[in-house]
Amino acid sequence: MRHTITVLVENEFGVLSRVAGLFSGRGFNIDSLSVAPTNDESISRMTIVTRGDDQILEQITKHLNKLVDVIKVFDFTDGSAIERELALVKVTAEDAVRAEVLRIVDIFRAKIIDVTPKSYTIEVTGSPSKIDAMLELLRPLGLKELVRTGPTAIGRGAKGWKA
Amino acid sequence: MKLAGARILLECLKMEGVDTVFGYPGGTVINIFDELYSFKEITNILPRHEQAAVHAADGYARATGKVGVAIATSGPGATNTVTGIATAYMDSIPLVVITGQVPTPLIGNDAFQEVDIIGITRPCTKHNFLVKNVKDLALIMKKAFYIARTGRPGPVLVDLPKDVQIAAAEFKYPDSIELRAYKPTIEGHPRQIEKAASLLLSSKKPVIYAGGGVVLANAAEELSHLATTLLAPVTTTLMGLGSFPEDSHLSLGMLGMHGTYYANMAVTECDLLLAVGARFDDRVTGKISEFAPHAKIIHIDVDPTSIKKNVRVDLPIVGDVKDVLARMVVVIEGDSSVLDLHKEAVKPWLDQIDGWKSSRPMLYSQEEAVIKPQYVIQKLREICDQDAIIATDVGQHQMWTAQFFKFTRPRTLLTSGGLGTMGFGLPAAMGAQVAFPQRQVIAICGDGGFQMNLQEMATLVQNRLPVKICIMNNNYLGMVRQWQELFFEKRYSHTVLDLPIDFVMLAKAFGATGFLATKQEEVEDTIRNAFNTPGPVIMEFRIAREEKVLPMVPAGASLNQMVLAS
Ligand SMILES: Cc1ncc(C[n+]2csc(CCOP(=O)(O)OP(=O)(O)O)c2C)c(N)n1
Ligand SMILES: [Mg+2]
Repeated sequence: MRHTITVLVENEFGVLSRVAGLFSGRGFNIDSLSVAPTNDESISRMTIVTRGDDQILEQITKHLNKLVDVIKVFDFTDGSAIERELALVKVTAEDAVRAEVLRIVDIFRAKIIDVTPKSYTIEVTGSPSKIDAMLELLRPLGLKELVRTGPTAIGRGAKGWKA
Repeated sequence: MKLAGARILLECLKMEGVDTVFGYPGGTVINIFDELYSFKEITNILPRHEQAAVHAADGYARATGKVGVAIATSGPGATNTVTGIATAYMDSIPLVVITGQVPTPLIGNDAFQEVDIIGITRPCTKHNFLVKNVKDLALIMKKAFYIARTGRPGPVLVDLPKDVQIAAAEFKYPDSIELRAYKPTIEGHPRQIEKAASLLLSSKKPVIYAGGGVVLANAAEELSHLATTLLAPVTTTLMGLGSFPEDSHLSLGMLGMHGTYYANMAVTECDLLLAVGARFDDRVTGKISEFAPHAKIIHIDVDPTSIKKNVRVDLPIVGDVKDVLARMVVVIEGDSSVLDLHKEAVKPWLDQIDGWKSSRPMLYSQEEAVIKPQYVIQKLREICDQDAIIATDVGQHQMWTAQFFKFTRPRTLLTSGGLGTMGFGLPAAMGAQVAFPQRQVIAICGDGGFQMNLQEMATLVQNRLPVKICIMNNNYLGMVRQWQELFFEKRYSHTVLDLPIDFVMLAKAFGATGFLATKQEEVEDTIRNAFNTPGPVIMEFRIAREEKVLPMVPAGASLNQMVLAS
């Protein structure tokens, strides 16, 4: 099963490799990982998408918690979080196709951020599944390059997670 | 007043109560050694290899319960520490290892003797630190000791660049420390402890399975108290030996691959297994699906990741083993009528276990013409002091020691259980002897493993450390040979150590004493002579070459499928 885990870590030298090393060393999957400092600059926040059964997920969260630089871990899998991802997509856009690309961009509330006579570069944010859906429509038109950040997640409701 | 980083380091060690370190010099730690030269409160023991420095610090830590400290230079000095660090990590031994590093401006430049020891040791330390600024040094040292010693203990490495050792700062050692991201759970959950107590009291066939965590938490007394209160038989892992007296009628000895018949049968048949500070290693469980198949499992451990890692657990209790056991006994003793009923109810189970013990005791065939290794171990036990410390290497001799020595006190067996590091025994014994100059310290080694750190004979002689070394010489890498005999049709590929080494001469070459025994009748005198000879002594026992370690549960089989001694 797919899980989205958020990890608050000390913003210190080497912490990313500690987390990445834990996953590779113990044979856990990482589908995606995004990380940046939070409003408290001494803390970074990671969002990790991983897969595994309950027992594996329990081990992953316990092992993350055991790292000396990890402050907090939450598993957001039960739908308690909103997930957003950013993708930048370069598509072929010539002649007839140009209008079709624009229509798709419009439908997905994406933005064109770079234009040439032969291409568009599109910026889109949304849930991972929304981005997947848009890519599916763009792919037949000529997808030249794709970069995705992987999802970041925040809990629903009024409560804020802090260290 | 401002002090140089190298001096601050020593002041920090002193504040942590460290009076002995095991260090080997080199270019990037020369400043530290220069400070040591006139620093009277700390003694350095100079080993002959950095791996041995770390094993010695480890042996010191295992024997005393204190944090062991080793120092090595950058590059090759640092890489030489890695096996020692990994050994300590697998057995949860508290160490602080200090490595020199090239000056900060050179880091990343492939400078002379530069190695990314932080990267190399990340997966085999509990935590590690690169000190970039001398102002951070004292706080980092405080954190290093705190992390090494608390929770599930483990090795911490501090990498100290040369320019940081030279730079000066005000020295102030923090009194206390709080790490928001590191808060080990000490107190077990009271509700869980109550539940465990009632499960134990209603069990008719309980077994306590005790691991190294009991030793590390200094909880042997609490364990004995619980076991005798409940009349619960106790089996230990290799690392747990000494946590429960093996001369007690409740002792089942060691379980697992080379465990006793009765321990393995008891675990297979029990209806309740109380695992204490143990981690269900594959050498212990055998085939995992058939491990304790009829039992409810209670697991007490300070490390939540140990719980439910490879077996199902019905009742987890995260907390310090000593604290949890002490409170569990209080609950259990609360109702004496329930306890009396329980003691009645477990009688048939204890009888069944006694039956297993008398039908299949730990046996070996005695022979006069050759020396049986088990006999040597039994004689050692008879002759040495009750509080003697035994360090072993890894192999058959290690298992014979575990099976036949009959440990009765915690911290008297120092052995590499998790990593199984050949070459551990001699330097670990050395570390223990440094800690306890007055106690008997015995290193039990194979002829193979002894050769992996035999240079430490020099350290023993130089420092007048009277370690008695018992080499079980079978001219084989015996444990591997045993597997080849049983599972590879006796194809002894590269396990025959054909060059007969004269270990008596070798002892002499270092200025130590050596004795040789080739017949059973010489064993006792050899041991007595060794103890009566001052200084380090090698006892070489030419043992029955093809003796096997039995019983044995073949890898992957279930615990009740043992190959027994005939
Ligand atoms: C550093 C290291 N290398 C290899 C091994 C694999 N190994 C385990 S036991 C053993 C044989 C040990 O031989 P010896 O020291 O003579 O002890 P014996 O088994 O004969 O008592 C070997 C090679 C190991 N455990 N550690
Ligand atoms: Mg041998």
